Amino acid sequence: MPKVKVKRKNPSLDMTPMVDLFFLLVTFFMLTATARPDEAVIVDTPSSASEIKIPDTNVITITVDKNSRVFFGVDGQQTKEALLDKMAGKYGIGFTEEEKRTFSLLSNFGVPISQLKSILAMESSERKEVNQPGIPIDSTHNELGDWVLQTRLTNPKVVIAIKGDQDADYPTVKRVIDILQDRKVNRFNLITDMEAKPTNL
Amino acid sequence: MAEIQEQGDSGKGGKKRAKRSSTKIDMTPLVDLAALLITFFMLTTTFNKPQTMEINMPVKPENEEEQIALKASNAMTIILGDNDKLYYYFGLAEDNPEVIESSYASNGIRKVLTSSQVKSNDKMTVMVKPMEGSRYKNMVDILDELKITDTKKFAMVDISDADKQLVQEQIGN
Repeated sequence: MPKVKVKRKNPSLDMTPMVDLFFLLVTFFMLTATARPDEAVIVDTPSSASEIKIPDTNVITITVDKNSRVFFGVDGQQTKEALLDKMAGKYGIGFTEEEKRTFSLLSNFGVPISQLKSILAMESSERKEVNQPGIPIDSTHNELGDWVLQTRLTNPKVVIAIKGDQDADYPTVKRVIDILQDRKVNRFNLITDMEAKPTNL
Repeated sequence: MAEIQEQGDSGKGGKKRAKRSSTKIDMTPLVDLAALLITFFMLTTTFNKPQTMEINMPVKPENEEEQIALKASNAMTIILGDNDKLYYYFGLAEDNPEVIESSYASNGIRKVLTSSQVKSNDKMTVMVKPMEGSRYKNMVDILDELKITDTKKFAMVDISDADKQLVQEQIGN
């Protein structure tokens, strides 16, 4: 009997459906992606079981890092330009159109207003390298209070969120809260990470 | 790689025909590329927005005298100490209460806040007094605990010297 020859065929897989699937996913991620904003400091926020999400727009973010430096950020380009105008008028510093535009693209900063000009003059890569000293919050140079007040005058809808590092010391946070309360802000948000809510009490 | 499937030659002589071939394209590199892009987008996206915790601070009173004094039976104080330590006591600092050390763990302060001593008393007010050495995380943790245990009446209060004294004694023991 002759042997039955098994026909040799090199196996090939049709990848077309996989390509379809992958490109669908790519498209999805491209459309939902929002680029991570460039922040002056990275903070590690503590976690909480709270389930409220932070609103997308009209948020003032006051960042407190672990070296007790305070950073200020607000969203909205128009808001920022108008805000810088007001602050410039208050402190008697003139900003050029170019500087205003740079400021409107900045997500947050942490320098006294007198040094703001030099920060704005830098390239964005250079700005990351520089060690920003934080916004003055002591009672004689309470610039944070002015920033908050002027932002609220510019855009009355803003909500205030405090984004503190886990290791930020309490007195600094307390001082920030006191500044807000002096400006009659008694309701604000603390930005935290997600944590599973305990079920058994 | 586009490969051309060869059809077996029958071997018999005959007319020479143009080989029929179906084109098939190897999609593997395309898959590689797509997977790479997916990975990139997945890593650069901030997918879940950070949570927030809303707190309402009490409005600062115009003058101190208008405040109503808190009864000792309705007061509980939580002191946030250095090195993630936590102390609490019932009553007022003047009455020299017993200061008990607790922790942020789920069987620590949460047990106290859900105990009948707190839960059965509607007027029970919890005062949170962070010491200078406490961290921001401690504050968030305790506010979170109060939220989890559904404690409605609480306030963040500045620490007094009497409280510091009590904690000092507790550490000394």
